[in-house]
Amino acid sequence: MADLLLAYQSLFAFVGINGLLALSVYTTLSCGQLSLANAGFMAIGAYTSALITLRASGVPFIAALAASALLPAIVAVPLGLPVLRLRGVFLAIATVGFGEVVRLFFVNWDYTNGAMGLVAIPQRTQLWTIALALALALFILGRLRGSRAGYALEAIREDETAARTMGIYTTGHKLAMLALGAALAGLAGGLEAHFTFMVAPGGYAFGRVVEMLVQAVVGGTAAFYGPVVGAAFLTLLPEILREAGARLGLAPGPFRLLLNGLILLAVILYLPNGLVSLPSRLRRRSRGVA
Amino acid sequence: MSLLLGGVSRAFGGVRAVDDASFSVADGEVHGLIGPNGAGKTTLLNLVSGLLRPTGGKIELDGRRIDGLPPNRVAALGVARTYQNIRLFGGLSAADNVVVGQHLRRNAPVWRRLLLLPSARNEERAAREAAEAGLARVGMRERALTRAFNLSYGEQRRVEIARALAAQPRLVLLDEPTAGMNPNEAAAVARLVREVANEGRAVLLIEHNVRLVMELCDRVTVLNFGKVIARGTPVEIGKDPAVIAAYLGESQ
Repeated sequence: MADLLLAYQSLFAFVGINGLLALSVYTTLSCGQLSLANAGFMAIGAYTSALITLRASGVPFIAALAASALLPAIVAVPLGLPVLRLRGVFLAIATVGFGEVVRLFFVNWDYTNGAMGLVAIPQRTQLWTIALALALALFILGRLRGSRAGYALEAIREDETAARTMGIYTTGHKLAMLALGAALAGLAGGLEAHFTFMVAPGGYAFGRVVEMLVQAVVGGTAAFYGPVVGAAFLTLLPEILREAGARLGLAPGPFRLLLNGLILLAVILYLPNGLVSLPSRLRRRSRGVA
Repeated sequence: MSLLLGGVSRAFGGVRAVDDASFSVADGEVHGLIGPNGAGKTTLLNLVSGLLRPTGGKIELDGRRIDGLPPNRVAALGVARTYQNIRLFGGLSAADNVVVGQHLRRNAPVWRRLLLLPSARNEERAAREAAEAGLARVGMRERALTRAFNLSYGEQRRVEIARALAAQPRLVLLDEPTAGMNPNEAAAVARLVREVANEGRAVLLIEHNVRLVMELCDRVTVLNFGKVIARGTPVEIGKDPAVIAAYLGESQ
């Protein structure tokens, strides 16, 4: 078991980091808001912690990680106040815009070497750090379900107008979830930066947030742990099938994209509630109920 | 005096959906709001509950201006409502819908739950029990775990009433609560509405069932083209020539 962990250390690390990112998209989805700002939040978290580690010697790693979660959450508030008035696709477009603004900011910031990014970040992230962060995120989101605030979030997702006339302060709840999602994405960014030794703006482009969203949807957003299942599945499967891809003459990158696309299509068509709904669906089928 | 409307108007472009409407609803009173289709009844309810802002006039609840407040603040002052075209949280069970209705009543900060304190679990159990009791009151206890969108039309209306009452409001706004119900169900709702009023709550009720209005309401306000054309007891309203003209047309 220990050997296995060691041999596939980076693979498991990415399962955890992607799990955190998928959860960061889920937080806003859980109250019915499709926000795609999370690659931007991730970039802010990654750069924040990397700069602290590189330029402020003696600051403990835990403090750098805390900053990588906190700063995106703070940025989420002035972003959320105007954009959370938008609904549906308009919110998605506005938040994609935010992500691009963040990316272009780092491309043009000389202090962080522009498009080259920051390199030679010491490796501080351990597998257990990631596991702990993921466990903490799952605990918070799991405890939120069934709480008064959790009921309010479900109500907002189902019918925002009715929720407001029940006395639910919808803006505050949506803003809190945007900030929580930003904190998770930023934390994932900080963990990743101290695992891969580098941060560069190219890693936080639009494709990254699409990846997060796909993982969340494939896993299923009806259960709080669904996004982690989706992230694990979509991170591990291409590695397991790598040989097969190579035999088909496909490079790992394109093969991964192809596989992601096929899986997403299959899930949307046959498992609209995601992979986590598979067991109950199979049970129902075996009982002969449609 | 619970609810007071003074010269309330609401225009949509050139259309005056509510035009200089004034009336009041007292605590413990069932107040009927009737009028032909398009008279502005639902618009008026939307104005009171804060979903719309009046373009003129004032709305007071217990002497406090509530026009211009957002809906969640109006609800916090003790106003709950149901909707003409039912706005339950479809994916949630009937019981969970009523739990959401208790939102303003519950003292359950999320940190208690994050720290796994037993007080959080006890509070949640109390909320669920209260929700079941609320459903029992509208005769829906055995359907507590059914998702709202799987309930029949009449059942959904009853759950929506239970959800509104879960907030223990001072003022309840009911928009056609018996639409789509059979006479037995409608009579049960009428009994419940009377009970609610007897608890000292004010009820403002939009209703098309004339017999129900006559039997249930203490006072009635009649709207036509956004204007109040009559106010009074059901008997007075039934004899009012303006009301008869609005509903049946002028006699030759």
